[in-house]
Amino acid sequence: MSVPARTSPAGGARPAAARRTARRSTSAGSAVGARPNYLAGVGAFLWLCVVGLPVYVMLGATVRTRPDYTAGGPLSLPGTFSLHNFVRDFQGGFGRYFLNTVVVTASVVALVLVLVPPLAFAIVRGRGRPTSAVFRMFLLGLAVPAQAVIVPMFYLISKAGLYDNLIGVILPTAAFCLPVCTLILTGTMRDIGGELFEAMAIDGADTKRVFLQLVVPLSRGGLSTIVVFSALQAWNGFLFPLVLTQSESTKVLTLGLYNFQTQYGVDIPALLAAVVLSTLPVLLVYLFARRALVQGLMGVGGK
Amino acid sequence: MTSATSPAGPPAAGHSPAAAPQVPPPRAARARGGRAARGTARPGIVWALPAVVFFGLFALVPLVLVAVLSFTSWSGLGSPAFAGLANWTKLFDDPVLIQSLWLSVLLTGLGVVVQTPLSILIGVWSAGHQRGRAVLAAIFFVPLLLSVTAVSVLWRALLDPNFGVPAQARWLFGDGNLLGSRTGAIAVLVLVSAWQYTPLHSLIYQGATRAIPQVLYQAAAVDGAGRVRQFFHVTLPQLRNAVVTSVILMVVGGLTTFDSVLILTQGGPGTDTTITAFYMYDRAFKRFDYGTGAAVALLLVVVATAISLIVVRLSGYDRMRGTQEGVS
Repeated sequence: MSVPARTSPAGGARPAAARRTARRSTSAGSAVGARPNYLAGVGAFLWLCVVGLPVYVMLGATVRTRPDYTAGGPLSLPGTFSLHNFVRDFQGGFGRYFLNTVVVTASVVALVLVLVPPLAFAIVRGRGRPTSAVFRMFLLGLAVPAQAVIVPMFYLISKAGLYDNLIGVILPTAAFCLPVCTLILTGTMRDIGGELFEAMAIDGADTKRVFLQLVVPLSRGGLSTIVVFSALQAWNGFLFPLVLTQSESTKVLTLGLYNFQTQYGVDIPALLAAVVLSTLPVLLVYLFARRALVQGLMGVGGK
Repeated sequence: MTSATSPAGPPAAGHSPAAAPQVPPPRAARARGGRAARGTARPGIVWALPAVVFFGLFALVPLVLVAVLSFTSWSGLGSPAFAGLANWTKLFDDPVLIQSLWLSVLLTGLGVVVQTPLSILIGVWSAGHQRGRAVLAAIFFVPLLLSVTAVSVLWRALLDPNFGVPAQARWLFGDGNLLGSRTGAIAVLVLVSAWQYTPLHSLIYQGATRAIPQVLYQAAAVDGAGRVRQFFHVTLPQLRNAVVTSVILMVVGGLTTFDSVLILTQGGPGTDTTITAFYMYDRAFKRFDYGTGAAVALLLVVVATAISLIVVRLSGYDRMRGTQEGVS
């Protein structure tokens, strides 16, 4: 699951040294230094429009009033500037949904961080059949989609008395993060050199100390990736909240968007403002920690 | 990249390259100090236990239970009652289910056909290290940051027949109700999912393109191959592993598509976009027939796994030794 060092979509995030080597070698894919590829430029511009226009409509609508949006259509320039849409969203309960989503996300990340590092440590450094059987079990878990277990999950969570409770959303969401996170973290831990373990052994360190003072500090890259991955899973999760909660007080953002649309679908500016609100944290992370986010997203792809 | 994102990699378990002294596997209970003195301290299976128990409880138990529930009848109240094969016979008599399976395959196939060329082009293009490309690639990435829910809500607003783009361009869209016809609804589902997921797949191709050895391009240039011929004769063949990875992801993702159908089309018009995952949700959580829902879920797992295996087999991915044979 380790992502190659240069998958970051923007050069800015790469260390300067890597960038220099990259520039020295001719670029992959097309011969750089030759004439510019005009055809590719036109194609890139077209795709920019495809990606950019909906994003523009979304951002533009958030500051437009409803009459302005209805009269001018989605693509026209904003004729008004107001933050009324956000006010309306908060009156509609989005503050609560936002808070619930933060709680779910933080808890899922915490669970993953408690469970996965010892597991990955045992898989990478442990000996014998049981550990390889455990690893195989988690690899098989990669192939199980959440839809496959949603009916029995509803049964189990109801029987456990956790229906319509955020805990009932947190537990299965965290469980379904485990296979990918385990794969990512075992990949990172395998890169730790064996001589470091031997050095620790000469120092007389026991397993716990090896884990806390050697393995955890040297796995920071993998740890940040699994944090981002599980946070995104929890933040964007839809199916588990949809099936396992029902009341206003346990609603998360994605569910709030869905409900808002079915109930007040005609107030499009307020709806799109809510979409922006729900995406804002992810956008901020993308701006400031692009590399970690992209690697976390590739974890999504690895599912 | 390919071996990294593919779940098909060999499960090389627990053998570190470190040459540890050959000691019999120590029991967890044995004295710690003694073990540390003889070799490196190794974690016992106890370290894995919390995660294993947790995963078993919330992923493996439900997986077994889904099979059990598919032979019962349960309405959500009381306890499930054994019903034999009733759910299964009911399922295979339902034309909507058979149609939903075809529809899932159709949507997945269309997704692969639309997204693969697009993401190869974008991925290869963004593999170049020019500054402009890096900036644009960062923008191209934005759709992937939104949740499926957010993307579906956004596109539904954009395509709204009264307040969306179609209302402004009647000459192009007619009455503007794109989601009102079978063809329109399917096209919208395919294109919206392409809009969101093309960045993910182009990222896979970007990484794979950057891993192509420059020697190959230099050799091709010496042979007088231009940009287009280099693309078809060097880049594309070298992307073979990446294509398999990306297609498997698309297939698994496509077959389990649910959120976007629920939000964009509600399975309609009629049952025209009722794909299997939505059919399951509808049976279980709208009609409270959980037994049938469980049967559909089981079917979904089997079909998704089978198709992934077929893709792996057909592509020869499992026999592939890497695309760079013969390159020194």
